[in-house]
Amino acid sequence: MFYGDSAAVRDVTLGVPRGKVTAIIGPSGCGKSTLLRAINRMNDLIRGCRATGRLLLEGEDVYRPQIDVTALRRRVGMVFQKPNPFPKSIFDNVAYGPRIHGVRSRSDLQGIVEQSLRRAALWDEVKDRMRQNALGLSGGQQQRLCIARALAVEPELLLMDEPTSALDPMATDHIENLIAELRGTYTIIIVTHNMQQAARVSDLTAFMYVGELIEVGDTSGLFTKPVNQRTQDYITGRFG
Amino acid sequence: MRLGTRKVVDRSFTGLGIFSIALVSLALVILLTPIVVRGIGAVVFRATIEHDRVLMEHFERGNASTFAARNATAIAARAPVYEMLTAYEAQYGVDDFELEELREALQRLLGPAPDQSKPTLARDQFGATRWAQAQEAAHNVLYVQEWDYSDPTQFGVPVDVPRAKRFAGTPLESLFPYVSEHLDEMLQPHWTLYWGFLLDDSLDAHMFGGIWAEILGTLYLTIGAVLFAVPMGIISAIYLVEYAPDHWLIGVLRSCISTLAGVPSIVFGLFGLAFFINTAQVSKYFMAADSTGVSSKSILAGSLTLAILILPVIIRAAEEAIRAVPRTYKEAALSVGAGKWRTILTVMLPAALPGILTGIVISMGRAAGETAPIIFTAAVSVGRPLEVWQTLTQPTPALPWSVYNLCTEHTAADEIRHVQYGMVLTLVVLVLLLNTAAIILRARVSRRLAG
Repeated sequence: MFYGDSAAVRDVTLGVPRGKVTAIIGPSGCGKSTLLRAINRMNDLIRGCRATGRLLLEGEDVYRPQIDVTALRRRVGMVFQKPNPFPKSIFDNVAYGPRIHGVRSRSDLQGIVEQSLRRAALWDEVKDRMRQNALGLSGGQQQRLCIARALAVEPELLLMDEPTSALDPMATDHIENLIAELRGTYTIIIVTHNMQQAARVSDLTAFMYVGELIEVGDTSGLFTKPVNQRTQDYITGRFG
Repeated sequence: MRLGTRKVVDRSFTGLGIFSIALVSLALVILLTPIVVRGIGAVVFRATIEHDRVLMEHFERGNASTFAARNATAIAARAPVYEMLTAYEAQYGVDDFELEELREALQRLLGPAPDQSKPTLARDQFGATRWAQAQEAAHNVLYVQEWDYSDPTQFGVPVDVPRAKRFAGTPLESLFPYVSEHLDEMLQPHWTLYWGFLLDDSLDAHMFGGIWAEILGTLYLTIGAVLFAVPMGIISAIYLVEYAPDHWLIGVLRSCISTLAGVPSIVFGLFGLAFFINTAQVSKYFMAADSTGVSSKSILAGSLTLAILILPVIIRAAEEAIRAVPRTYKEAALSVGAGKWRTILTVMLPAALPGILTGIVISMGRAAGETAPIIFTAAVSVGRPLEVWQTLTQPTPALPWSVYNLCTEHTAADEIRHVQYGMVLTLVVLVLLLNTAAIILRARVSRRLAG
């Protein structure tokens, strides 16, 4: 991945297993988010950003010239660093995705919304105020609503870009439990600053440093017996 | 800088700020007070029996029994005046310049004499309708203005000489004290609230009646301008924010839009005349096939001209509002698979709505008050209220232009000061209402967005 002439991420070869949670850790500015946003081509929004190489999603190259980016993004959901619900009602937030993909019938929409909110463990808290503005929810609730919004279009892969960095410990705990529940049903890639979080929620962990993938392995293995010296230095807190 | 000095500087800046705000407020009060006071005078004033007569005869309004009672008293009070005139004529003949002058002055006050045939112009069919005017007209009955040239070092000074002097010793001598004593009975002054000023058609070029044609014309022009400018403005803003590449041509385009906002409005008027009326002949397409085909002023042409005038304001407001929408909304919409256009329509524009609305309403105020662009393209001095379909081909009177026109071109500009002030006040209130609506609308939409 390049921003203008400078390479932000290079020489990354990473396989993400289906149905597992993969965590990407590394110090600030190491290219974690850039890599994550490359997967659903969110980087296209940034002027002067380009990519080389291949990025396969179920065998299909994401950077193939003829690819339908909106269809791709439907298959790859994303949750952002800061909760970003639309200034609309809770219902409309979750129903937004299905609606633009052509679900019109009221009962279908209600079914999808309820199912998505249940999966995001938010249903019980908001079922009586679906018509209220989503911005009235707490930060943690907003983030779970964003997860529900992403789940409502039935993605195959869910990208999470530091989903708890703007939340308090309680809300973080909620989200982490949620990730544990979603494991198996969805393939999840989570970028995080927080090494304990990576250790808690992921099956696989990748460590990145200044744009390069240093080491990848089973979470338990990587945290207990890192192969690379820099990984060891990072997870033991010597830098970063 | 020492702490003491800093405090002094701080305080003097505060003082300066308060002083300038006070100055601006004072200027505003000085400007608005006469407009408000005299403008209200167009609606609330002491009317005479003649005002009721205009309403009865031309607008078929008013309480018939009250009018009949008042009219009977007035006729009875006026009878001696006409008796004296008849007596004078019997003695000295009708062919008398002084008598002619007196009769004219009396007609200004009381309307045509009972034995006189009905004059053609509406302004000659009635006497003074407003008590203030009646008092002035009465003064002109009682006095003649003469010029005093006795001091050779000075220009002539106007002096009021009692008209009674000229008729001393004739049957008319007692007419003057009678008029000054019985003015009330003859004209029946009473306070009235005349909403018709806003809702009636004008009668005889605003000598009587209201300004409905002007109000309606202004509304048509404003709404028309907004109908044309808003879609164009919002689409341009979307292009500039979301689609325009980083190219020097776009930079030039942006400066052009800003420059357009600073172009004198009369230039827009000339452009409208040259392009919409003479070249494009926009109204020709809507005229009947058998019409002469000459394209001239129309509300359509005026609206288009005003639309171009307010376009830069709307583009700017919409551009800033769309730019201010948090990037996260856009990312969220895109991440669930919405296309760019979908994202703009369903997320960006709704979130930008308060800002866009404010821009629209402010430019509505601008369009309502602009005079120069409509002089060449849409405005006429006299006209009837138009139907909606007539706006495509017909010109209209409109408030800003009519204010100027009535103040400068009207043959009796002095006698219709109240109409001029009434129009100004109506225009000011219209623009204020629009701006208030903008504030309320903005607050409501923002509240809805914020939850």
